[in-house]
Amino acid sequence: MSEPILEMRRVSKSFFSIKALRDVDLTVYAGEIHALMGENGAGKSTLMKILSGAYRPDPGSEIRIDGQPVQISGPLGGRAAGIAIIYQELSLAPNLSVAENIYLGRELSRGGLLAREAMQAGVGPILARLGADFTPQTQVANLSMGQRQLVEIARALHARSRILIMDEPTTALSAGESERLFALIRQLRAEGLAIIYISHRMDEVYALGDRVTVLRDGTLVGSLDKGDIRADTIVRMMVGRDVSSFYKKEHDPRNDPNARSGAPVLAAIDIADGRRVKGCSLTVHAGEVVGLAGLVGAGRTELAHLIIGAAPIVSGHVEIEGRAVSIRTPGEALDAGIAYLTEDRKALGLFLDMSCLDNINLAVLGRDAKFGGILDRDKARDRAKRAFAGLGIRAANVGVPAGGLSGGNQQKVLLSRLLAIGPKILILDEPTRGVDVGAKSEIYSIIDNLAKSGTAVLVISSDLPEIIGICDRVIVMRAGHIAGQIRRGPTSPLSQEEIMALATGTEQLDA
Amino acid sequence: MPENGASSSTAPVAPGLAAAQETKRQRTRMIIRAVGMLPVLLLLCIGFHVLSDGRFFTGQNIGIVVQQSAVNTVLAAGMTFVILTGGIDLSVGSILAASAMAGLIISKFPDLGVLWLPAAVLTGAVFGILNGGLIALLRLPPFIVTLGSLTAVRGAARLLGADTTVFNPSIPYAFIGNGALTLIPGVLSIPWLWVIALLVILVSWLVLKRTVLGVHIYAVGGNESAARLAGINVWAVLIFVYGVSGLLAGLGGAMQAARLYAANGLQLGQSYELDAITAVILGGTSFVGGIGSIWGTLVGALIIAVLSNGLILIGVSDVWQYVIKGLVIIGAVALDRYRLQGSART
Repeated sequence: MSEPILEMRRVSKSFFSIKALRDVDLTVYAGEIHALMGENGAGKSTLMKILSGAYRPDPGSEIRIDGQPVQISGPLGGRAAGIAIIYQELSLAPNLSVAENIYLGRELSRGGLLAREAMQAGVGPILARLGADFTPQTQVANLSMGQRQLVEIARALHARSRILIMDEPTTALSAGESERLFALIRQLRAEGLAIIYISHRMDEVYALGDRVTVLRDGTLVGSLDKGDIRADTIVRMMVGRDVSSFYKKEHDPRNDPNARSGAPVLAAIDIADGRRVKGCSLTVHAGEVVGLAGLVGAGRTELAHLIIGAAPIVSGHVEIEGRAVSIRTPGEALDAGIAYLTEDRKALGLFLDMSCLDNINLAVLGRDAKFGGILDRDKARDRAKRAFAGLGIRAANVGVPAGGLSGGNQQKVLLSRLLAIGPKILILDEPTRGVDVGAKSEIYSIIDNLAKSGTAVLVISSDLPEIIGICDRVIVMRAGHIAGQIRRGPTSPLSQEEIMALATGTEQLDA
Repeated sequence: MPENGASSSTAPVAPGLAAAQETKRQRTRMIIRAVGMLPVLLLLCIGFHVLSDGRFFTGQNIGIVVQQSAVNTVLAAGMTFVILTGGIDLSVGSILAASAMAGLIISKFPDLGVLWLPAAVLTGAVFGILNGGLIALLRLPPFIVTLGSLTAVRGAARLLGADTTVFNPSIPYAFIGNGALTLIPGVLSIPWLWVIALLVILVSWLVLKRTVLGVHIYAVGGNESAARLAGINVWAVLIFVYGVSGLLAGLGGAMQAARLYAANGLQLGQSYELDAITAVILGGTSFVGGIGSIWGTLVGALIIAVLSNGLILIGVSDVWQYVIKGLVIIGAVALDRYRLQGSART
């Protein structure tokens, strides 16, 4: 192959006495998509921050671009070296136009006045090259997440970046938007850019990666060429052990006499919110794990919010164990035995500054309280300690703020809060989003155990292998409607193609 | 190059060590937060004592300092509740004036006179609950609502006394304004105003740290959306904190009325809200809510009182006192920013 565009040799980074990176080598060629994988905390972000200039590597580290040693200092250094990062949380100003965002910090001016037309003209060809369906004048607030990502990429191309780092770019995208993004990434590869692609998702790495490099605990585990990329190999490299049964599913409600008897624990009957959810019905039985699949924007989270009273039901009603109930607030949902795990744990779930102990006990403080409102601190501490032991939450002690934990541990803290309630019905919205591989598997076995103990579980997920791996039945939503449902056969697994067909509406074309 | 990838063994960076280091840093941070401005308070006291040739640490002067800090401590306690939810109450000075007026007017009725104290406190609570209702139920921004009531309630205070000063030299319970609780006769006595302030701090601490409601207050300030989804009645929490702030402003009004035997709707409590906010921020409570303690607020209120008293003792002119106190406010907010940088919020 030709000269590598980027070579990192023996790159280390220490924070005080802790080595976040140790002698990591990374070689990237122009015209390749280089996937970078590793669990949370493996050192991917640290490596990328060194490339962007946010961190300065330890002495002895060496970075070469086009064979020339370079020092990258500060965000401008990264830009000057031709490196651009597309962050997970997009870094656009929503109140400004597309052109203004692309020129942010390098605005064109004529005689001290902003040269708006010149900026718009300069952005036009790049947008055309990316196949954008919006104009340079469009305000970013009006763009979808996929379109915003395009703006980020346009900004990188405009800065003549030749190394593009994408950090979990599909997290906020729908399946269709992801497909378009993949096509674009392949186009950029063909144009000779080097793309470093960070992702937790195996299917994306399969689809895109020319090479995969795996990090673990701040060290390089190894790299695989295209022909050698296999899911089990990568997972073993990432976690350092065999994950034989990644999706834990032992319980089957069909073999459980208690599970099938009687009315469904949760039934939504033709509920609608007048906007995104248009007359949806679903049931979940005791001991059953039901998946709610669909594209982003199909209305799955909105449906969950209707059930738990976070948004008002306009028509239809909810039944619990066969009785119609009126739930107007999330508090009333908890009283009725429905617990909901939010898809956005930082914004809507956790209290990052509060201790794990308070986070875990929050929903049951009132129930545990003495004299109608005095905290029972011993009970709370016991409960938190049991949750730490039972769910394998790794933190120094129950008193540390939840914000300091890794994604997987934060998710387990949030789950503990819900489990403390002892819910009859558990609605989990993207339960493993932003969670590393090891914790994912642990969360699956928690779900399996809950089903075993008779909890009715509804899992909303965009991760199809996950839905297929852990669910007994899948309900698929499309554009606010229930598009259909698929039941796991006695021997046959759920089919990814069938679910996608329902989610996208292609099954109607076939008929 | 990649063939031995999966099997290459490497020494992992001990994650246990990292975790221990992290906890140690968190613990240091928590200690800094807990101790907060206490060292600053002590340094100020010692500094003023030296600069004033030993006139600061005298029984009489300390008595003056605590007496002067009492009303602000009470207001700042209420303000702590509000700021912990991420809100602000600009109306406490006006509410204090209106409550003092209401109390003094009631005290002049021969039969109702003894009820003046609860009347003052109740007046404050009613105004506070009105604030809270507008903020919680109509979802109006706290700054705007209390900016409005800062003006409106000031007007109400002036209306109450027909814009005159109301006197009552024989007001019942006057001892709470000027008397002292004798602990050891002839040796140690504590001004009643200060006893009330300490009781308020103590009760506030109990509510914030030992009750379900307290955790809910921190939760609403830390993440209001998450609190709502977790089943907390956010509106009830908000009405409560503004109600408490109003009630304590009413108590502050009663304390002032008992001390002065008089109240004036125009002058009483002018810009007291600023001292209360300053005390809370100096005490380490975060302006965005969710972080802070009532003990910090007590230290903050004492710093303000020591600053006022000490600057007078060492003969700094009135004008310069304003400048110095203003700089302290800015310094306190800068400190708040600095403190937040290390927290999980970033």
